[in-house]
Amino acid sequence: MLNALGTPQSLLLLGGTSDIALAVARRYAGRAPGLRVVLAARPSERRSAAAAELSDLGCRVEEVDLDARDHASHAATVEAAFTGGDVDVAVLAFGLLGDPERDWSDPELALELAEVNYAAPVHLGVLLANRMREQAHGRIVALSSVAGERVRRSNFVYGSTKAGFDGFFLGLGEALREHGVRVLVVRPGFVRTKMTEGLSEAPLAVTADVVADAVVEGVQEDRDLVWVPKPMRFVMSGLRHVPRPLFRRLPI
Amino acid sequence: MNDFPATATDPAVPDIRPSMPESQPAIPQRLVELHGWGRAASSMSHLASIDSLADAVSALRTSGGRGVTPRGLGRSYGDAAQNAGGVTLDLTKLDKILAVDAGGDPATVTVQAGVSLDQLMRALLPFGLWVPVLPGTRQVTIGGAIAADVHGKNHHTQGSFGNHVRSLDLLTADGEVHTLTPDGTPGVDEDGRLFWATIGGMGLTGAILGATVAVQRTETAYFTVDTDRCSDIDDLMAKMSEGDDAYTYSVAWFDAVTRGKHMGRAVLTRGDKASLADLDPKKRRDPLKFVAPSFGTIPEVFPNRMVNKVTAKAFSEFWYRKAPAHRVGELQNITSFFHPLDIVAEWNRVYGPHGFLQYQFVVPFTEAETFRRCFEMIVTSGHLSCLNVLKRFGPGNPAPLSFPMPGWTLTVDLPIEQGLDKLCDALDSEVIGAGGRVYLAKDSRLSADTFRAMYPRLEDFLAVRRQVDPAGLFNSDLARRLHL
Repeated sequence: MLNALGTPQSLLLLGGTSDIALAVARRYAGRAPGLRVVLAARPSERRSAAAAELSDLGCRVEEVDLDARDHASHAATVEAAFTGGDVDVAVLAFGLLGDPERDWSDPELALELAEVNYAAPVHLGVLLANRMREQAHGRIVALSSVAGERVRRSNFVYGSTKAGFDGFFLGLGEALREHGVRVLVVRPGFVRTKMTEGLSEAPLAVTADVVADAVVEGVQEDRDLVWVPKPMRFVMSGLRHVPRPLFRRLPI
Repeated sequence: MNDFPATATDPAVPDIRPSMPESQPAIPQRLVELHGWGRAASSMSHLASIDSLADAVSALRTSGGRGVTPRGLGRSYGDAAQNAGGVTLDLTKLDKILAVDAGGDPATVTVQAGVSLDQLMRALLPFGLWVPVLPGTRQVTIGGAIAADVHGKNHHTQGSFGNHVRSLDLLTADGEVHTLTPDGTPGVDEDGRLFWATIGGMGLTGAILGATVAVQRTETAYFTVDTDRCSDIDDLMAKMSEGDDAYTYSVAWFDAVTRGKHMGRAVLTRGDKASLADLDPKKRRDPLKFVAPSFGTIPEVFPNRMVNKVTAKAFSEFWYRKAPAHRVGELQNITSFFHPLDIVAEWNRVYGPHGFLQYQFVVPFTEAETFRRCFEMIVTSGHLSCLNVLKRFGPGNPAPLSFPMPGWTLTVDLPIEQGLDKLCDALDSEVIGAGGRVYLAKDSRLSADTFRAMYPRLEDFLAVRRQVDPAGLFNSDLARRLHL
């Protein structure tokens, strides 16, 4: 159960080796002694290292296999996460950034992005929602991106997957309200993580820890949508209304 | 909407052998959001309104894998009387007072579990009888008072509610109703372990359906009250240590906002039940009159942060100044002495939609230094509390999860804000270090590990529970949170 101060007792990380997911786990580990953490990711040294780190922080860690592109395996992944009891907070944190110029010209790469960033989250999101409706409580935290708010030429394949992702989870949140389950959509700007390593930083860049703080605060305050950093909301709502001929000329 | 699985065949549900036909229709349930009095930590339960024993058994039979929890008037501050995804039994319709034995020694009353203390007091006063333990509100049920083993201003002299229960009727997971007594019941509860696990057991041993409670005789419904203003926390603790034993009732309100020289300034009120001779001729004409004014209901219009530096300071100043520096023998009625907050209904709405939590802890008398340190941590934390109570407890009782123990207890109401978890966690550490504990009826945030460290007799409770409810049919959000 989430307690009155929004601290969970169990945390499911789908994409359990993502920098943001682990930052969220560290935040909660500091507030919840004995936190149960389910790390769902492909088996890897990175996953083992993450499990060891969280165990050292006092968490009870379970490792579960997750392959985003193997849709048939998703149900078993979600079931495994719930065998140890209720899941209070589930974070959907996996995704691919891709290579923008190759993605839109290589059909296989474009499909991979669409599957990993949209189809798999939708499939897992419905599976999670069904389990959480049964327990009648819980939070799904969906890591979206400002890139979906207005899709740009410079990374439109990625942006389009996040646009779909964002819309799905906002809608899922509305549908689940009457069942006691809430969805928090998080829209970060540029986050310095392994996913963005080597890229030139965009303005208002943040660290994974800043995103994690926003997640913890958003869960505690029962929010549906948060921007990270907060001013990003105003930047994007400005950009959203820029006429297309002008938008095309912007260096973004 | 009803996607609730009808799982009479669920293997997690034990066989129920009630004396009722199998064709009994399932009682209607509504999926509703429930929360405690603090209005935080809400969840959705299937609420079943219980009119009879048959209803209650039927609800057990069809409860499904997420179990059942009983609920009364919802005055627990946290998540004790809700059961996310499972069934919550609304027992407030079981509100009959079945028998009053005014001539017995002691006098007793036999009631159904949904009778409120308010209703019971109104019924008993004409007989010259008095409810032995009254918590800070009369709007609690008998079932809730037993399940939380509530205490009042007379704890140091007369113990908690459980001390006055002569017998109780418990519907257990097997669908049977057992009548339990403090000394045990042959064939059912040989040594009284189930009885005492149920006292303070937060509804996790079964559903209390009724009880017989010893009550006290009284000549009037008034109190003679002595009031003292204390200039700081040390003055207050000294006055209480010296004088409390001379009074049946004793409690102090203290200022948790003011710092510096007058940190912990307080108003100490102590008193005894008034006798006929204490009343003036006008009151003597109706000495058992129940005075319970109502100023209406607080509307749902308050934003978060209504309790802020300005309002908290103003309230604390007013509350302190309105009390006399020293007054002896003032006659007060039930409401003004016991339940000033009952004058307005739904006062918890003042805290806004984020709600608040109440932190109440006790530490042994030998840990007065820790107590003072906790007090200072609260006052200097920047978290603001207006309704602050300090009291000395007397001896505890045999119930393994009962809260009171000999020592100092302190209660604060804290609006839910960022950083409150840090203050509460720090207080938990102090309390555990001193061998103290936090009150489950108020709690909405303890972790399973900290809870375990506070209740050394938890294993006794769990052993009884495993025996009476091996499948864990009785379950609640609190039980899930604390791994009970």
